[in-house]
Amino acid sequence: MLELSLHVLDVLQNSVEAGATRVKLEVNEDLAGDRLEITVEDNGRGMDPEMTARVFDPFVTTRKTRHIGLGIPLFAEAARGCNGDLKIESTPGVGTRLTAGFQHSHLDRMPLGDMPSVILMTLLSPRNVDIEYVHRIDRQEFAFDSAEAREVLGEVPFSQPEVRAWLESTLREGEAEIKK
Amino acid sequence: MSKLKSIEELKKLRENLQKGMQIRTQTGTRIIVGMGTCGIAAGAREVMSAILQELDQRKIEANVETTSCIGMCAREPLVDIEQAGLNRVTYGNIKPEFVPRLIEEHIVKGQVVPEWVVARMGSAGI
Repeated sequence: MLELSLHVLDVLQNSVEAGATRVKLEVNEDLAGDRLEITVEDNGRGMDPEMTARVFDPFVTTRKTRHIGLGIPLFAEAARGCNGDLKIESTPGVGTRLTAGFQHSHLDRMPLGDMPSVILMTLLSPRNVDIEYVHRIDRQEFAFDSAEAREVLGEVPFSQPEVRAWLESTLREGEAEIKK
Repeated sequence: MSKLKSIEELKKLRENLQKGMQIRTQTGTRIIVGMGTCGIAAGAREVMSAILQELDQRKIEANVETTSCIGMCAREPLVDIEQAGLNRVTYGNIKPEFVPRLIEEHIVKGQVVPEWVVARMGSAGI
Protein backbone atom coordinates (compact mmCIF):
# COMPACT_ATOMS: atom_id res chain seq x y z
CA MET A 1 0.00 0.00 0.00
CA LEU A 2 1.35 3.41 -0.94
CA GLU A 3 -1.16 5.62 0.84
CA LEU A 4 -2.74 5.51 4.29
CA SER A 5 -6.12 5.95 2.62
CA LEU A 6 -5.71 2.49 1.05
CA HIS A 7 -5.25 0.97 4.52
CA VAL A 8 -8.35 2.89 5.58
CA LEU A 9 -10.26 1.44 2.61
CA ASP A 10 -9.16 -2.03 3.68
CA VAL A 11 -10.31 -1.47 7.27
CA LEU A 12 -13.63 -0.02 6.06
CA GLN A 13 -14.17 -3.15 3.97
CA ASN A 14 -13.56 -5.22 7.12
CA SER A 15 -16.30 -3.20 8.86
CA VAL A 16 -18.67 -3.85 5.96
CA GLU A 17 -17.82 -7.56 6.09
CA ALA A 18 -18.50 -7.52 9.84
CA GLY A 19 -22.04 -6.35 9.09
CA ALA A 20 -21.58 -2.77 10.29
CA THR A 21 -24.32 -0.33 9.34
CA ARG A 22 -22.52 2.67 10.74
CA VAL A 23 -18.83 3.55 10.79
CA LYS A 24 -17.18 6.56 12.35
CA LEU A 25 -13.95 7.48 10.59
CA GLU A 26 -11.76 10.15 12.14
CA VAL A 27 -8.49 11.56 10.90
CA ASN A 28 -6.75 13.86 13.36
CA GLU A 29 -3.70 15.75 12.18
CA ASP A 30 -2.06 17.51 15.09
CA LEU A 31 0.75 19.39 13.39
CA ALA A 32 1.95 21.14 16.56
CA GLY A 33 2.13 17.83 18.43
CA ASP A 34 3.49 16.06 15.31
CA ARG A 35 0.90 13.27 15.46
CA LEU A 36 -1.44 11.77 12.93
CA GLU A 37 -4.18 9.53 14.24
CA ILE A 38 -6.73 7.55 12.27
CA THR A 39 -9.70 5.97 14.07
CA VAL A 40 -12.28 3.64 12.58
CA GLU A 41 -15.13 2.68 14.89
CA ASP A 42 -17.92 0.41 13.67
CA ASN A 43 -21.07 -1.24 14.99
CA GLY A 44 -20.28 -4.57 13.34
CA ARG A 45 -20.43 -7.95 15.00
CA GLY A 46 -17.13 -7.43 16.87
CA MET A 47 -14.58 -9.99 17.98
CA ASP A 48 -13.77 -11.76 21.24
CA PRO A 49 -10.42 -10.96 22.95
CA GLU A 50 -8.79 -14.05 21.50
CA MET A 51 -9.70 -13.16 17.91
CA THR A 52 -8.78 -9.50 18.49
CA ALA A 53 -5.26 -10.57 19.48
CA ARG A 54 -5.00 -12.95 16.55
CA VAL A 55 -5.82 -10.47 13.75
CA PHE A 56 -2.28 -9.10 14.08
CA ASP A 57 -1.03 -12.47 12.87
CA PRO A 58 -0.91 -12.54 9.05
CA PHE A 59 -1.94 -16.17 9.04
CA VAL A 60 -5.33 -15.41 10.56
CA THR A 61 -8.47 -14.38 8.73
CA THR A 62 -12.20 -14.87 9.22
CA ARG A 63 -12.73 -15.61 5.56
CA LYS A 64 -12.98 -19.00 3.96
CA THR A 65 -11.73 -18.01 0.50
CA ARG A 66 -8.07 -17.85 1.52
CA HIS A 67 -6.04 -18.60 4.61
CA ILE A 68 -4.07 -15.45 5.18
CA GLY A 69 -5.22 -12.00 6.23
CA LEU A 70 -2.64 -9.31 5.59
CA GLY A 71 -4.73 -6.19 6.08
CA ILE A 72 -4.20 -5.49 9.78
CA PRO A 73 -0.57 -6.73 9.94
CA LEU A 74 0.39 -4.39 7.07
CA PHE A 75 -1.37 -1.38 8.62
CA ALA A 76 0.20 -2.14 12.02
CA GLU A 77 3.67 -2.38 10.46
CA ALA A 78 3.15 0.96 8.72
CA ALA A 79 2.29 2.60 12.08
CA ARG A 80 5.12 0.92 14.03
CA GLY A 81 7.62 2.05 11.41
CA CYS A 82 6.65 5.68 12.10
CA ASN A 83 6.96 5.87 15.90
CA GLY A 84 3.36 4.85 16.16
CA ASP A 85 1.14 1.92 16.92
CA LEU A 86 -2.10 0.27 15.94
CA LYS A 87 -4.65 -0.70 18.57
CA ILE A 88 -7.87 -2.63 18.28
CA GLU A 89 -10.60 -2.78 20.90
CA SER A 90 -13.55 -4.98 20.12
CA THR A 91 -16.66 -6.25 21.86
CA PRO A 92 -18.72 -9.08 20.42
CA GLY A 93 -22.17 -7.82 19.40
CA VAL A 94 -21.18 -4.18 19.90
CA GLY A 95 -18.45 -3.33 17.43
CA THR A 96 -14.78 -2.68 16.83
CA ARG A 97 -12.60 0.37 17.24
CA LEU A 98 -9.26 0.59 15.50
CA THR A 99 -6.76 3.37 16.14
CA ALA A 100 -3.58 3.86 14.14
CA GLY A 101 -1.13 6.52 15.28
CA PHE A 102 1.88 7.94 13.45
CA GLN A 103 4.56 10.56 13.92
CA HIS A 104 3.21 13.11 11.42
CA SER A 105 6.61 14.22 10.15
CA HIS A 106 8.18 10.75 10.03
CA LEU A 107 10.12 10.21 6.81
CA ASP A 108 8.54 6.79 6.27
CA ARG A 109 4.98 7.94 6.89
CA MET A 110 2.93 7.33 3.79
CA PRO A 111 0.86 10.28 2.58
CA LEU A 112 -2.75 10.24 3.70
CA GLY A 113 -3.76 10.03 0.06
CA ASP A 114 -7.18 10.19 -1.50
CA MET A 115 -9.68 9.89 1.36
CA PRO A 116 -12.78 10.99 -0.64
CA SER A 117 -12.36 8.09 -3.06
CA VAL A 118 -12.17 5.46 -0.33
CA ILE A 119 -15.21 6.86 1.49
CA LEU A 120 -17.17 6.99 -1.76
CA MET A 121 -16.23 3.43 -2.70
CA THR A 122 -17.27 2.11 0.71
CA LEU A 123 -20.59 3.95 0.45
CA LEU A 124 -21.20 2.18 -2.86
CA SER A 125 -21.29 -1.15 -1.03
CA PRO A 126 -24.68 -2.82 -1.59
CA ARG A 127 -24.83 -3.44 2.18
CA ASN A 128 -25.90 0.17 2.86
CA VAL A 129 -23.28 1.19 5.36
CA ASP A 130 -23.17 4.81 6.55
CA ILE A 131 -19.97 6.68 7.29
CA GLU A 132 -19.52 9.59 9.62
CA TYR A 133 -16.26 11.23 8.61
CA VAL A 134 -14.35 13.86 10.54
CA HIS A 135 -11.00 15.18 9.34
CA ARG A 136 -9.19 17.68 11.55
CA ILE A 137 -6.00 19.53 10.73
CA ASP A 138 -5.12 21.48 13.89
CA ARG A 139 -8.19 23.72 14.34
CA GLN A 140 -9.64 23.21 10.88
CA GLU A 141 -12.37 20.59 10.64
CA PHE A 142 -14.37 18.93 7.88
CA ALA A 143 -17.29 16.75 8.94
CA PHE A 144 -19.53 14.69 6.70
CA ASP A 145 -22.22 12.17 7.62
CA SER A 146 -23.62 10.01 4.83
CA ALA A 147 -26.67 9.21 7.01
CA GLU A 148 -27.85 12.81 6.52
CA ALA A 149 -27.54 12.44 2.76
CA ARG A 150 -29.31 9.06 2.85
CA GLU A 151 -32.22 10.61 4.74
CA VAL A 152 -32.62 13.38 2.15
CA LEU A 153 -32.38 10.86 -0.71
CA GLY A 154 -35.06 8.47 0.54
CA GLU A 155 -35.18 5.51 -1.84
CA VAL A 156 -32.66 6.99 -4.31
CA PRO A 157 -29.43 4.98 -3.86
CA PHE A 158 -25.88 6.36 -3.53
CA SER A 159 -25.02 4.43 -6.68
CA GLN A 160 -27.13 6.74 -8.88
CA PRO A 161 -24.56 8.53 -11.08
CA GLU A 162 -25.79 12.03 -10.14
CA VAL A 163 -25.80 11.18 -6.42
CA ARG A 164 -22.36 9.63 -6.72
CA ALA A 165 -21.09 12.83 -8.33
CA TRP A 166 -22.65 14.89 -5.52
CA LEU A 167 -21.00 12.71 -2.86
CA GLU A 168 -17.63 12.94 -4.53
CA SER A 169 -17.70 16.72 -5.01
CA THR A 170 -18.97 17.31 -1.46
CA LEU A 171 -16.13 15.22 -0.03
CA ARG A 172 -13.48 16.74 -2.28
CA GLU A 173 -14.55 20.31 -1.60
CA GLY A 174 -14.66 19.67 2.14
CA GLU A 175 -11.16 18.20 2.12
CA ALA A 176 -9.83 21.07 0.00
CA GLU A 177 -11.28 23.64 2.45
CA ILE A 178 -9.27 22.38 5.43
CA LYS A 179 -6.06 21.94 3.42
CA LYS A 180 -5.95 25.63 2.42
CA MET B 1 -19.26 25.14 -0.27
CA SER B 2 -21.43 25.39 2.85
CA LYS B 3 -22.99 22.22 4.18
CA LEU B 4 -26.49 23.66 3.94
CA LYS B 5 -26.13 24.65 0.30
CA SER B 6 -24.82 21.21 -0.47
CA ILE B 7 -27.81 19.48 1.18
CA GLU B 8 -30.19 21.79 -0.74
CA GLU B 9 -28.55 20.66 -3.96
CA LEU B 10 -29.06 17.07 -2.96
CA LYS B 11 -32.78 17.65 -2.31
CA LYS B 12 -33.22 19.07 -5.81
CA LEU B 13 -31.29 16.17 -7.21
CA ARG B 14 -33.60 13.68 -5.52
CA GLU B 15 -36.73 15.36 -6.89
CA ASN B 16 -35.35 15.18 -10.43
CA LEU B 17 -34.25 11.59 -10.02
CA GLN B 18 -37.33 10.07 -8.46
CA LYS B 19 -39.30 10.22 -11.72
CA GLY B 20 -36.90 8.06 -13.74
CA MET B 21 -35.91 5.71 -10.93
CA GLN B 22 -37.90 2.59 -11.65
CA ILE B 23 -36.78 2.15 -15.24
CA ARG B 24 -33.15 2.61 -14.34
CA THR B 25 -32.97 0.07 -11.55
CA GLN B 26 -34.75 -2.55 -13.66
CA THR B 27 -32.52 -2.32 -16.73
CA GLY B 28 -29.41 -1.92 -14.60
CA THR B 29 -25.91 -3.05 -15.32
CA ARG B 30 -23.82 -4.00 -12.30
CA ILE B 31 -20.07 -3.65 -12.23
CA ILE B 32 -18.44 -5.22 -9.20
CA VAL B 33 -14.84 -4.53 -8.22
CA GLY B 34 -12.94 -6.78 -5.79
CA MET B 35 -11.86 -4.60 -2.87
CA GLY B 36 -10.21 -7.00 -0.43
CA THR B 37 -6.64 -6.37 0.78
CA CYS B 38 -5.36 -8.21 -2.29
CA GLY B 39 -7.49 -6.13 -4.68
CA ILE B 40 -6.57 -2.84 -3.02
CA ALA B 41 -2.85 -3.69 -3.08
CA ALA B 42 -3.11 -4.60 -6.76
CA GLY B 43 -4.70 -1.25 -7.67
CA ALA B 44 -8.45 -1.89 -7.44
CA ARG B 45 -9.21 1.62 -6.21
CA GLU B 46 -7.60 3.16 -9.30
CA VAL B 47 -9.49 0.70 -11.51
CA MET B 48 -12.77 1.60 -9.82
CA SER B 49 -12.03 5.34 -10.22
CA ALA B 50 -11.34 4.75 -13.91
CA ILE B 51 -14.64 2.85 -14.28
CA LEU B 52 -16.64 5.63 -12.58
CA GLN B 53 -14.96 8.24 -14.77
CA GLU B 54 -15.53 6.30 -17.99
CA LEU B 55 -19.21 5.72 -17.18
CA ASP B 56 -19.70 9.42 -16.39
CA GLN B 57 -18.01 10.50 -19.62
CA ARG B 58 -20.11 8.17 -21.74
CA LYS B 59 -23.28 8.85 -19.72
CA ILE B 60 -23.78 5.13 -19.11
CA GLU B 61 -26.09 4.16 -16.24
CA ALA B 62 -24.58 1.38 -14.17
CA ASN B 63 -24.32 0.45 -10.52
CA VAL B 64 -20.71 0.16 -9.47
CA GLU B 65 -20.17 -1.84 -6.30
CA THR B 66 -17.34 -3.34 -4.31
CA THR B 67 -16.97 -6.86 -3.00
CA SER B 68 -14.43 -8.62 -0.80
CA CYS B 69 -11.75 -11.16 -1.71
CA ILE B 70 -13.16 -14.13 -3.62
CA GLY B 71 -9.97 -16.22 -3.42
CA MET B 72 -8.43 -15.35 -6.78
CA CYS B 73 -5.91 -12.93 -5.29
CA ALA B 74 -3.34 -13.49 -8.04
CA ARG B 75 -5.86 -12.29 -10.63
CA GLU B 76 -6.70 -9.03 -8.87
CA PRO B 77 -7.85 -6.43 -9.68
CA LEU B 78 -10.99 -8.39 -10.57
CA VAL B 79 -13.94 -6.73 -12.27
CA ASP B 80 -17.30 -8.49 -12.74
CA ILE B 81 -19.84 -7.22 -15.21
CA GLU B 82 -23.42 -8.37 -14.85
CA GLN B 83 -26.22 -7.30 -17.17
CA ALA B 84 -29.85 -8.35 -16.99
CA GLY B 85 -30.40 -11.58 -18.91
CA LEU B 86 -26.73 -12.08 -19.70
CA ASN B 87 -23.88 -14.10 -18.20
CA ARG B 88 -21.91 -12.56 -15.39
CA VAL B 89 -18.34 -12.26 -16.64
CA THR B 90 -15.29 -11.93 -14.38
CA TYR B 91 -12.28 -10.10 -15.78
CA GLY B 92 -8.88 -10.37 -14.10
CA ASN B 93 -5.64 -8.35 -13.79
CA ILE B 94 -7.48 -5.27 -14.96
CA LYS B 95 -5.51 -2.03 -15.14
CA PRO B 96 -7.03 1.47 -15.28
CA GLU B 97 -5.88 1.83 -18.90
CA PHE B 98 -7.91 -1.28 -19.87
CA VAL B 99 -11.14 0.28 -18.65
CA PRO B 100 -12.17 2.34 -21.74
CA ARG B 101 -11.91 -0.74 -23.99
CA LEU B 102 -13.68 -2.94 -21.43
CA ILE B 103 -16.64 -0.55 -21.21
CA GLU B 104 -16.71 0.03 -24.99
CA GLU B 105 -16.70 -3.65 -25.93
CA HIS B 106 -18.59 -5.34 -23.12
CA ILE B 107 -21.20 -2.75 -22.22
CA VAL B 108 -21.61 -0.65 -25.37
CA LYS B 109 -21.15 -3.36 -28.03
CA GLY B 110 -22.14 -6.39 -25.92
CA GLN B 111 -18.96 -8.32 -26.76
CA VAL B 112 -16.87 -10.08 -24.16
CA VAL B 113 -13.14 -9.23 -24.23
CA PRO B 114 -11.84 -12.83 -24.23
CA GLU B 115 -8.20 -12.19 -23.33
CA TRP B 116 -9.12 -10.65 -19.96
CA VAL B 117 -11.80 -13.14 -18.91
CA VAL B 118 -11.07 -15.39 -15.93
CA ALA B 119 -14.55 -16.82 -15.29
CA ARG B 120 -18.14 -16.81 -16.50
CA MET B 121 -21.25 -17.57 -14.52
CA GLY B 122 -24.70 -18.61 -15.74
CA SER B 123 -25.62 -19.79 -19.22
CA ALA B 124 -27.71 -17.09 -20.87
CA GLY B 125 -26.71 -14.54 -23.50
CA ILE B 126 -23.11 -13.65 -24.32
